[in-house]
Amino acid sequence: MGRTIAQKVIARAAGRGSVEPGEIVIARVDMAMSPENSRLVMEAFERIGVQRVWDRERVVILFDHRVPAPNIKTAAAHQEVRKFARAQGLTHFLDAREGVCHQVMVELGLARPGELVVGTDSHTTTYGAVGALSTGIGATEMAGVWATGELWMRVPATHMVRVDGAMPERVGAKDLMLRYIADVGPDGADYACVEFAGEAVAAMGVPGRMTLCNMSAEAGAKAGVVAPDRRTLAYLRGRAAAHLAPVRADADAAYASHRAYDAADLEPLVAAPHAVENVHPVSRYAGLEVHQAVLGSCTNGRFEDLRAAAAVMGDRPVAPGVRMLVVPASRRELLRALRAGLVARFVRAGAMVLNPGCGPCLGAHEGALAAGERAISTTNRNFRGRMGDPGSEVFLASPETVAASAVEGAIADPREV
Amino acid sequence: MPRAHVYGDDVNTDVIYPGRYSELYDPAEMAKHAMEDLDPAFRERVRAGDVIVAGANFGCGSSREQAVICLQRAGVSAVVAASFGRIFFRNAINLGMPAVEAPGAAGAFSTGDEVELELRAGVVRNLSRGTEVGFRPLPPFLMEILDDGGLVAHLRRRLEAGGRG
Repeated sequence: MGRTIAQKVIARAAGRGSVEPGEIVIARVDMAMSPENSRLVMEAFERIGVQRVWDRERVVILFDHRVPAPNIKTAAAHQEVRKFARAQGLTHFLDAREGVCHQVMVELGLARPGELVVGTDSHTTTYGAVGALSTGIGATEMAGVWATGELWMRVPATHMVRVDGAMPERVGAKDLMLRYIADVGPDGADYACVEFAGEAVAAMGVPGRMTLCNMSAEAGAKAGVVAPDRRTLAYLRGRAAAHLAPVRADADAAYASHRAYDAADLEPLVAAPHAVENVHPVSRYAGLEVHQAVLGSCTNGRFEDLRAAAAVMGDRPVAPGVRMLVVPASRRELLRALRAGLVARFVRAGAMVLNPGCGPCLGAHEGALAAGERAISTTNRNFRGRMGDPGSEVFLASPETVAASAVEGAIADPREV
Repeated sequence: MPRAHVYGDDVNTDVIYPGRYSELYDPAEMAKHAMEDLDPAFRERVRAGDVIVAGANFGCGSSREQAVICLQRAGVSAVVAASFGRIFFRNAINLGMPAVEAPGAAGAFSTGDEVELELRAGVVRNLSRGTEVGFRPLPPFLMEILDDGGLVAHLRRRLEAGGRG
């Protein structure tokens, strides 16, 4: 029987000829990423009693969740991690300037095809967009990785999601993922890997695939992955040094399930409060007033997302009463947006363009919502209290739908503005 | 005797420990916000040794370890759920807090019922009702981490013994 991408990557990482879903193995990781919670990882690392991280070239630390530091507490935490990173001589300590960790890991070529990557953030699944097997872990577990380079893993089964056909205008990867999560539920891919394939995925390119793999976490997935193809390798040219060892599934690999979509059937969707699987056509909520429109995050803060949003907005200003926050996923994506004139367009329209980072997504600093306020956002979670007061609401949607809603002042179908 | 605190499906880590407190690093401070956005009365009700009994996908969402730390510091000794968000599950084991999958347990308890958990036997008893629910015990490798008191102690022991993690 053939093997899936997850089986192949983990078998190599475990130094084994082959592994079967369900097995628990000790795997050696290729890269280990941590944002602000490095502060927690450090504490556990020091308690383990090891002096140096196992490989200073494989530990990535950067700040993105609360940047620049919004208060003294966070400033002090950043400072402690900064000292640690310097003392350890980490090759990839990127401080607060680069952007959201997941975007940065992919765009700097720190996550590579066929590699096993762990990160102390649940959306570490994003790197599957370039064919890495990547998954989120907790801080204590990361301390163990820093100390030993290894962790225990249960080999996941893989669900195949095939999307053929072409996406309609103003419908994209985010809509597909909202549809998928609604179909399988928030635990539909628990403990498993989700592999995305088909014509629409092939046509998407790495940025859209990042949205797919990112949101697979909202179905409970351990990892999301797209088999590396010519687009992947073209994207990685000039980013990932060294020799790449892309891994694809065997033709007769065993999947736990198969699911197929026709991209042409997709439509703009929203996830209504307070669950990601609470998905409805945007028309159901059209006209519902919004106070904040967030365009950004590791899910949808790339140049392509900003460009799609700007196209929907045209020359229209952000509606009175709406705070539109644009948060490019990274410094590089911001530069691309600047060069293309997108930033000027957003600013002219009345949007606030924030520094690259997680922005308001997790309610940790800027862009917090008051009780009774409602946001429409391209981020990935709409749990109660996610973006501020527990009495606020977050609707999740595509960049196009957020842009349409920002100019309308209410939830709006991007095909109708 | 420990008591049960019963919740439904898909309890996410944002309601267990809201992101607005992510700047806190002192476990005692974290504990003050345990379950804040789901069950504000939890903090007053919980006693040392209590057990959370929940439905499917408990702890889904963010990787934040604070979701385990705050419960642990608040006194929770174990979580029994139909299934778990995978990172929460790992975090719990790694921090030395048993997390076991017992489908059906949530329906067999009401909040306040007296609960007895036998990890190795794979049974959780509702002493108030005189009923019990069985579950498949954790694999030996994970029991070893729990027996050591969590991953840090486990690795210390392994490294001192000269073995690998």
